Amino acid sequence: MLVVLGAAFASSGSGFLNGANLANIGMQSTILLLLALPMTLIMLTEGIDLSMGAVLTLACVVLAAIAVKTESVTLAVGGAVALGAAFGFANGALVAWLGLPPFVTTLGTLGIASGLALVTTGAQSITGVGDDVGYFYAGRLAGIPVPLLIGAAAYLALHWLLYHTRFGTYVFALGGNREALRLAGVRVNAYLIGVYVLGGAMAGFAALLLTARMSAAHPTAAIGMEFDAIAAVAIGGTSFEKGNGWLFGTVLGVLLVGVLRNGLNLLAVPSSLQVAAIGLLIIAALVIESFKSK
Amino acid sequence: MNTLTLPRLTLSAEFRTVAQRLLAVIVLCIALSLLSGAFLTVGNLVNVLRQAALIFLLASGLTLVILTAGLDLSIGANVGLSACLAGSVIQASGSPLLGVAVGLASGCMIGLGNGLLVTVLRLPPFIATYGMLWVVHGLTYWFMAGATIHGFPPAFRALGSGYFLSVPIPVYLMFVFLAIGIGFARYTTWGQEIYAIGANPVAARLSGIPVNRRLVLVYTVSGAMAGLASLIFLARLNSAEGDIGEPLTLPAIAAVLIGGTSLFGGVGTVSGTLVGALILTLVLNGMNLLAIDANWQPLVTGVIVILAVSLDVLTHKGGTAGR
Repeated sequence: MLVVLGAAFASSGSGFLNGANLANIGMQSTILLLLALPMTLIMLTEGIDLSMGAVLTLACVVLAAIAVKTESVTLAVGGAVALGAAFGFANGALVAWLGLPPFVTTLGTLGIASGLALVTTGAQSITGVGDDVGYFYAGRLAGIPVPLLIGAAAYLALHWLLYHTRFGTYVFALGGNREALRLAGVRVNAYLIGVYVLGGAMAGFAALLLTARMSAAHPTAAIGMEFDAIAAVAIGGTSFEKGNGWLFGTVLGVLLVGVLRNGLNLLAVPSSLQVAAIGLLIIAALVIESFKSK
Repeated sequence: MNTLTLPRLTLSAEFRTVAQRLLAVIVLCIALSLLSGAFLTVGNLVNVLRQAALIFLLASGLTLVILTAGLDLSIGANVGLSACLAGSVIQASGSPLLGVAVGLASGCMIGLGNGLLVTVLRLPPFIATYGMLWVVHGLTYWFMAGATIHGFPPAFRALGSGYFLSVPIPVYLMFVFLAIGIGFARYTTWGQEIYAIGANPVAARLSGIPVNRRLVLVYTVSGAMAGLASLIFLARLNSAEGDIGEPLTLPAIAAVLIGGTSLFGGVGTVSGTLVGALILTLVLNGMNLLAIDANWQPLVTGVIVILAVSLDVLTHKGGTAGR
């Protein structure tokens, strides 16, 4: 499907197939990948995190505020990741300990995070984050753009976590077989919370790339970005039920969303219709999934 | 025929739920009138009722959906598209009636789409309506292309800002739909079947209830109510933009949950939702009167949603443990 879409955009001859554009897709997709990878794990547990875009936005605000004040990138990233992890912990704790439905719970934390982003900034952008932050989007290391390296590292780390650790095995079981896992004496809630914390922390880290790309933090910067992430995961073949899915599918899903948005941009399709197209794509992916499982 | 015991709420149970929440309304009112001198004025109370009417109309259809253990996340986006379509039709044709028809039809179609996704394709309601949210959102932005429409004929604006006997028109609509909602849910077979579907879909199907048709009905009603709310909202704002509906989804969900309708389905009332809408509006109105920055509102609504869901889940657990 990715190949078909790539070929279609290439043949439309709108500057799709040149090195700069392809690298551009890769770099833009990295931020999405940082959200979609942990979203895959969350969806494998039959959960969802609708607050990711809002948490990313709030993390950008925190990151920029610390970067402006202290001029220390490490502190800024640390603050953003800690904030993301805190939101992830809140989501996970509400879902695991209180047994709240993930959809409505994370919709509530979405409201809280986006509200906080507006309140703390007074709905104004924070500028002047400095070149040290900018390096993480525009810089190169050994000739390779830094975001691509970050994206690859994130994938490898999560691949290892999901397929080569006990944590990963439990993540799959949390979706399909939670009761069996509980009866086997596994501390189910701790692992479930861990999955949401991972999601929040990675959203916090993604704030580094997003702030670097825009060299500022806007209080509504990434509102709605969870939608692209969920689309990428669903298109990548991870189902919303039963703990079925694979991580590399999400990478393909992210690229597909990236290619789709980029190609439609080059063809001058308004971004509003792109959103509608991706919405339809999610529904299509789900329909295919539901037919496969019957 | 009647082998299935419907989880019919007795009158006294409904009365108790509503009475408890009305008590909260009274406490809130007393607290607010002590905190702010501007609260207990006719102008402000009318304002509260008018705001509550909008949220209630949106939330009343949603109540039926949640009674079936479903959810409709697309209502805010629905309000946006329906308002924009209705607004441009009114401006193009000069006929408010045509605009009203288009707004209602657009709401119905979106709701019908949700219903078909949930029944024919068997998608989980959360996901189907979440996908629909973005499809509708995208279509609205594309249709509006960033433009704002404003300035509608007074006959149409009366729907949102008009008065009859010094009570706002939306408040009459609120009570009309409250009566219809209570009558439908309590006294019709279809209404009772909706409770049964939410309480136990398998038992409902086995006892001969056409589950899919009832589900399509509730999603369509929810869409239609979003269409109606969009018209009132449009008439009050006297302008339409692509994103006007989005801030309404969370308050509508909050109103339903505060009103005592359970996300697990089968338990809840439309009258509870009205009181839920009142409580939420009073909180937001109080923040306004105390001059708290409006940017706090999504945050507070988010906290309220989480508190209400927690309460729902904790009481639900208590209920099943006692069986």
